[in-house]
Amino acid sequence: MPEPDNRHVVTLEINGTRKTVAVEARKLLVHLIREDLGLTGTHVGCDTSQCGACTVEIDGLAIKSCTVLAVMADGASITTIEGLTDIGAELSPVQAAFHEHHALQCGFCTPGMVMSVRQLLRDQPNPSEHDIRHGLAGNICRCTGYHNIVRAIESLASKGDQP
Amino acid sequence: MIPAAFDYVRASSLAQAIDLLRDDPDGTKLLAGGHTLLPALKLRLASPELLVDISGIAELKGIEISETGIRIGALATHAELFASEPLYRELPVFRQAASLIADPQVRNRGTIGGSLANADPAADWPAVAVALQAEIEIVGPNGLRRVATRDFFIDIFSTVLEPDEILASVHIPRPRTGMHFIYRKIRHPASGFAVVGIAVGVRLQEGAVDEISIGVTGAANHAFAGQRASDFLIGKTLSQDNIEQAAQLLSETTECLSDRYASAEYRANLIRIETRRALFALAS
Repeated sequence: MPEPDNRHVVTLEINGTRKTVAVEARKLLVHLIREDLGLTGTHVGCDTSQCGACTVEIDGLAIKSCTVLAVMADGASITTIEGLTDIGAELSPVQAAFHEHHALQCGFCTPGMVMSVRQLLRDQPNPSEHDIRHGLAGNICRCTGYHNIVRAIESLASKGDQP
Repeated sequence: MIPAAFDYVRASSLAQAIDLLRDDPDGTKLLAGGHTLLPALKLRLASPELLVDISGIAELKGIEISETGIRIGALATHAELFASEPLYRELPVFRQAASLIADPQVRNRGTIGGSLANADPAADWPAVAVALQAEIEIVGPNGLRRVATRDFFIDIFSTVLEPDEILASVHIPRPRTGMHFIYRKIRHPASGFAVVGIAVGVRLQEGAVDEISIGVTGAANHAFAGQRASDFLIGKTLSQDNIEQAAQLLSETTECLSDRYASAEYRANLIRIETRRALFALAS
């Protein structure tokens, strides 16, 4: 059995800032983000790649950070919910649409939901309601019944804004 | 959930990965997208000593279409197979099947090589690969070998891959003009895996079936080819009666799996229904 202190050095760009951290091989990316980097906007929900609360972007692709090893992110560029706007600054378009349309209640799923919506709108700038619901299949919300989330995304369709 | 401790090496070439695998085949696991392996490690269903990360190996990447056939690198993700325009023009079934796998985030990580090598009885690509008459290219210490997909699967989570071999790529013959494929699945509402999935390719000549190929997943211990139903339909029209008979034949081909979610009888019925639907869609 390998020694638990067998550490690997990981250098990555997180929200535009370069960081170097030593981690155990078995450390999950979501734990690197939350515990080593202190970015607790990325949530751990199911921990089984079902719920999407841990969704972040690696090199521009939305992924579930509970099912990626931190060592695999060496050399990658990662964006979390904290990277979308500065505290106190104007909300990013997806965040503003969620706020405007009351697309959250408890808010636990929201950071992951927002990160998924960014990719959805990049892939399909003018999605139908079906496209939106299909595109959010990897994110579970237990409060809203999804209706206001769909409305928020519809409000962003074909606005031409960068999500 | 935290996996048991293991060591990790990022392999930079196929040769290096094979060397590492050969050192300790039983204590080593290959890591690509990780979307089956990491959940298994978290549940401690597996406790390898070493993970060899093959996700950066260039030789395992790419989707290439040549005059003789199509080569898909093992590391092609479900999202890449969905998005590839050249592949879509050649075989739209890739986009159609990829859209039915899991969810967008999982599709960004999961790979076709992982899906085939893991041989989950309910995975989608095995049925599609069987119907496409794909060959799987395997690399090991003794070089390359190719295996027809229909001979690749042995049992639940079991394939002809030796512990020191790597699934390198999938090779598909160029479909003949007029050959159309479709993949249909009854999706498990929680896991998203196929309770039953049917991939069918048909080529009609003057109304009669000139070529047909069927792959089935979800129903049995591993994906299989629907040979009897194919043989039955060769030379026949896709009339309602012929379709019904072929679907019935296919549903009787195998002893189906039975679990808490679906009994063997229910799965056999789903084979019949999904085969009908696929054939009717291809007939029109």
